[in-house]
Amino acid sequence: MYPGIYLSLLIMCLTVYCIRMLPFLVFRKEITNRWVRSFLYYVPYVTLAVMTFPAIVTATDNIWSGIAALIVGLLAAWFKGDLFFVAISCCVTVFLTGLFL
Amino acid sequence: MTETSKKTKEISPHASELPWFVRGLRDGIPICMGYFAVSFALGITARGIGMNALQAGLMSMGMVASAGEFAAIGLIASQAGIFEMISTCIVVNMRYFLMSCSLSQKLSPDLPFYHRLMLPYCITDEIFGLSSAVKGYLDPKYTYGMTIVSVAGWTTGTVLGVLLGNIMPAWAVNALSVSLYGMFLAIIIPPAREDRFIAGLVLLSMTASGLFSVLPVLKGISGGFKVIILTLLIAGIAAFIHPLDDEK
Repeated sequence: MYPGIYLSLLIMCLTVYCIRMLPFLVFRKEITNRWVRSFLYYVPYVTLAVMTFPAIVTATDNIWSGIAALIVGLLAAWFKGDLFFVAISCCVTVFLTGLFL
Repeated sequence: MTETSKKTKEISPHASELPWFVRGLRDGIPICMGYFAVSFALGITARGIGMNALQAGLMSMGMVASAGEFAAIGLIASQAGIFEMISTCIVVNMRYFLMSCSLSQKLSPDLPFYHRLMLPYCITDEIFGLSSAVKGYLDPKYTYGMTIVSVAGWTTGTVLGVLLGNIMPAWAVNALSVSLYGMFLAIIIPPAREDRFIAGLVLLSMTASGLFSVLPVLKGISGGFKVIILTLLIAGIAAFIHPLDDEK
């Protein structure tokens, strides 16, 4: 049964919150198991890499501007690493390539 | 005496750095820009099914989840039942569960309990990524700083999307939409440069993700599931072949 829009929003917001909250309640102590600790240590790298590629290439109208953004982003992150700089470099790349493509 | 001077020496380089909350506000700016573009599109979708600005704004402020909110709009549009709403939300947002598990290990055991109730609200892909990139224990104030700026952009974008509809020029949406991926690169590439195992891990993850998006059958798996499957698989194997040293 559809509970109406406001109740639906409340239910869904609470569900999403619980998904995010439960691990913080369960893992209140530092985990000592070496494999689990290593696994959780590697999670961000794998997750963010999987989310970045190939999504960055297909995020814009034109695949070539996406590829250019990926290359510029990789170079900027490798040589400078500053968050804001890398993000802006990618945006500017897409904007500039968009003028020609 | 020696103890004190040693401590001062350790602290002084950080003293010149900005406080964590301010650093969070600063690092929240690129997140905010990227969110603005995505949430604008979200607002347009919400408007399409007849949601008003208040409803869409509440949704964005309460959920702070991109794929999750697109799914939520779909559920509202189809007037789904409560059970379907809860189960769909769990599936679509399951990756946050993994992220929270990971971030729970970045907290000092002495951290007051209420942070464990406040931090979960802040777990998005981007804020999680930056929070885990901090060296040593995470100061939650950093996460809160980022969250305030990002959620402001996320909610404003959604509301404007509903009110204004399709007025953002395509070039602006295009340019802003890669900002989030640029941030991900800024988080994962510098450590990959320092550590060859991480570099291999990043390369492998991207390759696997690329294969998942072109190979038949695998192509049909939704983005959220792909992230979960590949994270469990690749991080799981990595932990097996290259476990952390005890001091890390």
